[in-house]
Amino acid sequence: MKRIVAALVFAGALFGLMSIALHKNSSDITPEERLKELYARKIKPSVDHSIFPQLKKKFKRPQEVTAACISCHNGRAAEVMHSTHWNWERTEYIAGKGIRPLGKKNVLNNFCIGITGNEQSCNKCHIGYGYADAKFNFNDSLNVDCLACHDNTATYTKAVGGAGMPDTSVNLSEVARHVGKPERTDCGTCHFFGGGGNNVKHGDLDKALFDPTREVDVHMASDGEDMQCVDCHTAEKHQMLGKMYSVSSMNRNRVECERCHTSMPHSDDLLNKHTLKVACQTCHIPTYAKVNPTKLHWDWSTAGRLRNGEPFEETDSAGTDVYMSIKGSFIWGRQLKPEYVWFNGTATHYLVGDTFDPSKPLKLNELFGGYDDPDAKIYPVKIHRANQIYDTQYKYLIQPKTVSNRPGDGGYWKEFNWQRAAEEGMKLVNLPYSGKYGFAETEMYWPVNHMVSPKEEAVKCTECHTRENGRLAKLGGFYIPGRDYDPTVEWMGTGIVALTLAGVILHGGARIATRRKRKESK
Amino acid sequence: MKKEYVYRRFERFWHWTQAALIIFLGLTGFEIHGSLRFFGYDQAVRYHNMAATAFLILIAFAIFWHFTTGEWRQYLPTKKNLRAQAEYYIFGIFRNAPHPTRKTVLSKLNPLQKLVYAGLKVLVIPVMVLTGLLTMFYRYPQRYEVLSLNISGLRVIAILHTIGAFLLVAFFIAHLYLITTGNTVTSNLKAMITGYEELSDEDEKKDAPLPTPETGEATV
Repeated sequence: MKRIVAALVFAGALFGLMSIALHKNSSDITPEERLKELYARKIKPSVDHSIFPQLKKKFKRPQEVTAACISCHNGRAAEVMHSTHWNWERTEYIAGKGIRPLGKKNVLNNFCIGITGNEQSCNKCHIGYGYADAKFNFNDSLNVDCLACHDNTATYTKAVGGAGMPDTSVNLSEVARHVGKPERTDCGTCHFFGGGGNNVKHGDLDKALFDPTREVDVHMASDGEDMQCVDCHTAEKHQMLGKMYSVSSMNRNRVECERCHTSMPHSDDLLNKHTLKVACQTCHIPTYAKVNPTKLHWDWSTAGRLRNGEPFEETDSAGTDVYMSIKGSFIWGRQLKPEYVWFNGTATHYLVGDTFDPSKPLKLNELFGGYDDPDAKIYPVKIHRANQIYDTQYKYLIQPKTVSNRPGDGGYWKEFNWQRAAEEGMKLVNLPYSGKYGFAETEMYWPVNHMVSPKEEAVKCTECHTRENGRLAKLGGFYIPGRDYDPTVEWMGTGIVALTLAGVILHGGARIATRRKRKESK
Repeated sequence: MKKEYVYRRFERFWHWTQAALIIFLGLTGFEIHGSLRFFGYDQAVRYHNMAATAFLILIAFAIFWHFTTGEWRQYLPTKKNLRAQAEYYIFGIFRNAPHPTRKTVLSKLNPLQKLVYAGLKVLVIPVMVLTGLLTMFYRYPQRYEVLSLNISGLRVIAILHTIGAFLLVAFFIAHLYLITTGNTVTSNLKAMITGYEELSDEDEKKDAPLPTPETGEATV
């Protein structure tokens, strides 16, 4: 009896201690709740621009607005003119190539290829007025377009083919009187439409983010935190935090989830341990292009077909372009699982004039990293594949002239003549063109960072820890429990277990069979 | 024949707890390995880690018990009767031949058992514990970040752990069957439950080959 009492007391004490240790104070505010509270506070500026006399006039030219802005915000234009948004290049170290200026100004991509010769059209998205060719004056502060980013009326747009000038429909005076902190409508006008249409380039930057639900983006949800781009892409002196590896190569100035969420955001250490090798985005962005399709493949080699001498377009049943005479054929995708790569924050970049081996796909911006690299983690990426024009003799990519500003200037989108487009384009980048062109396979790597899902939607354990068709099935060279095994060990282990089982059954059977005989002999 | 107190209370507690833990570790472990699905992956990992911790505590007590009671000597492998024991399982058992090794309180294990159990204790279990601990703790969350031991991946560790797991499954199957090879089909099982077993008392002294461990107040 005594013993039973003692055992019960001991068990009770143990249970009591355990429940004290495991008890979580319910009044404790979690870090996540603290963040929600912080970003739920929407600050209304106390300044009302609509009553400033400087803005109460009729603006005819956009440069007049800039002058008005600078008259109070003096010095700010100079900050803007130091930014990548303005210069479209920054000095970057590229492994194996050294220190180079890198940016939209000089890199080639595998969408519309490059801006050289095509500034009139591409530079619609430059935050300046009149960047129509390489002769643009980057030192004239009156060409800074303040409104592109600071318009709070959601009515400001730039003219198609206008080299950054506002569309004639814009009421400059009205917009000038309603300026403020950049909103999603400002950033999205360019960043959601890169590559010539909605969600073409990134896949995770889509017009759906103008007014997203929680399922599309848990941070920006209009019915939730309603965060703006600049809540994460903060800026000091007009230098925005964040950059994309399509135009940069160094591990700096990145927006990181950890800045708010820390590197151990889960209450469960089993999950926290994953952060050593797995980026937040990998689990928390299970799919991208959630609402509208993104371009996955662009085949320039089919461009130039004409009907009755006229260019045409073909769309699929959903109304998405699948063929355009000016651009070629496209493959689009929606609600896509990303591909996964090791990434340490540095990348290499194809530079104009680099030669390559056309027999295998050319990676325009290869992301570096591997399991053994302590700085690398697994990241989700969109890989955009393309067939694009290159010089078959000199073995480098061609910068074609696509946009046509006047008849006979070689612009492919008017003349549909690759020879002429290549000749004129290569002249502008100061490289010889052999006269022979072909189409080479290229790949571009786009880390997927936006469209973070609610935590309930996060990638489940067995989507990676599985033998067949897991998300990380293609990522070799390291061991994942549940995915990997040694075939020999598996085969021999199963064999030993099977032999043991067979031995036991045979032995037991023999004992049963000989039982009667044994009994008799007894 | 005489009824003897063969397995004492701690020994039986240890045996059955260990049995339950190994079965549970096997189920959860092979789910983590990708061979079966039962608990759900994350639960399997959590349960496997909990059971592993419980197993470690049990091992600590068991080691203490083995050394304080001197029972560890039971497992010292011997060549004596090894061949006879093997021949018994291959031939004798079908002819009603007597067990070549007489089970006594002071020598509970036959030479084959000694060999196998010693192998488990000095090789399989330590390898499982070591590789298991490495898998659990090669990454260790600190206050603000997750740190890691400088290992070049889990592959070798995990494969050793898998080899051990297969060996334990094979052992488990053989063990279940060999229970039935005692004096009667159920006598071994009853002994491990109640502690008591009918042991033949003839020539006990002659057949107890080992140095006598100091077993204290073993018998009733």
